[in-house]
Amino acid sequence: MYMDSTKSLIQIKGIRDGLLATFAEASWEEQRNALMMQIHERSAFFQGARLAMDVGSQVLKVNDLVELRDWLSERNITLWAVVSESATTEHTSQLLGLATRISRPRPEETKHVLESVSNDTALFISKTVRSGTRIEYPGTVVIFGDVNPGAEIIAQGNVIVWGRVRGVIHAGSKGDREAFICALDLSANQLRIADESSAMLKPQKDPKPEIASINSEGKLHAEVWHTGETTIRK
Amino acid sequence: MTAQVITVTSGKGGVGKTTAVANLATALAMDGKRVVCIDGDIGLRNLDVVMGLENRIVYDIVDVIEGRCKLKQAMIRDKHYPEMHLIPAAQTRDKNAVSPSDMIRICKDLRADADFIVIDSPAGIERGFRNAIAAADSVLVVTNPEVSAVRDADRVVGILEAEEKGSPALIINRLNPTLVKNNDMLSAEDVLDLLGIRLIGIVPEDEAVIIGSNRGTPIVTDGKSKAGQAFRNIAKRLQGEDIPFMDLAPQSGLWNAIQRLTGRK
Repeated sequence: MYMDSTKSLIQIKGIRDGLLATFAEASWEEQRNALMMQIHERSAFFQGARLAMDVGSQVLKVNDLVELRDWLSERNITLWAVVSESATTEHTSQLLGLATRISRPRPEETKHVLESVSNDTALFISKTVRSGTRIEYPGTVVIFGDVNPGAEIIAQGNVIVWGRVRGVIHAGSKGDREAFICALDLSANQLRIADESSAMLKPQKDPKPEIASINSEGKLHAEVWHTGETTIRK
Repeated sequence: MTAQVITVTSGKGGVGKTTAVANLATALAMDGKRVVCIDGDIGLRNLDVVMGLENRIVYDIVDVIEGRCKLKQAMIRDKHYPEMHLIPAAQTRDKNAVSPSDMIRICKDLRADADFIVIDSPAGIERGFRNAIAAADSVLVVTNPEVSAVRDADRVVGILEAEEKGSPALIINRLNPTLVKNNDMLSAEDVLDLLGIRLIGIVPEDEAVIIGSNRGTPIVTDGKSKAGQAFRNIAKRLQGEDIPFMDLAPQSGLWNAIQRLTGRK
């Protein structure tokens, strides 16, 4: 159906600075028509909106953009940014005084952030967490792999790593002092539980599984884990 | 037969990406392959210098993209290997002059008439890097046995995995066996342990590499150099040959492998 094809050509979502329209690969005429169609159908929604467009590699000339901008402004929509991979389009946008950069999170680096989860729900990650990756979770995080230097794990619950920890781990990030961190090799740059932290643990020659928690003196401390002797209170 | 597009990248600057590209391309050309090198470092071009082709540049990749010349006109033929060409970067523009789709298009046009297309990525993980990996069939990550270089390489590996480019292969460049022996340098094993990707070569530290770069004569053409041999072996592995390689598990096995690789045994 025609309707469906225009819907799949264009994706509109709310961003911090207004609305962002992202287009699938197509001719400019098709992309423009899809946008106009959407606006026509949901004119109340678009009323007074600030619109940014991500046109991918589409090459746009001054006329193309001026025409659309005017059409939009007649409908009380402000076109304020055009993001493009094409140098020509970027240049055109700059000529028209439109922004060519918008702030938005990079999808591969920002995990979906939940508000809270039940105690029984853990996030399971079955790969090595590499430098530059930050994982935040409102519960317990279980990692089957290593946590490399430069990676950060921030969990409101516990953190359990079946592998080596060399990055930064923060368990009980919302202040839970009962939270613990355990790993097969806990030579992290930095460990934090609630508001206690410990700097660089020495890399071990012969790593043993360790567990870190806040002890009775209120200090964050790590100890070798022995079967049947866990100090976990929950 | 269609060309294989290989991008060489690293995250950190100065680890030897450009040197690796020049040497691998030359080694492939020495094996009779048709090779096109693309300098992806728009604005900071230097692959042409390392390959000794600086004075032959008339058109560059941005001229091709913006339609000022044909692709063939921007391809500079190598001095010694007529089947090897270089498409230089523009020096007076920046990364935004090229888009990922431009790179894909250029590589598509080149594929029919080449065996290997080797792309030199700029340092960093921004636009230029994304351009360089856009067309890649496979990616080689170059790192030095240094903590900072390995961490950046790790970041790059993470991005490549997120972009579903597959797991890249690793080149450990400028390894100094004496320093490693004295525990003053990360060993190849340490690096591999952290990155957890496939190793395709270890290049030992060799002053002759720098001299070669300055003269525009890649070290692979020097039959006596150990670093040159290491690059020739990597080139063979890129062609699918099974060149004897290190046993990764025990320290002594690794040590022997490095010595074998560098021709000490």
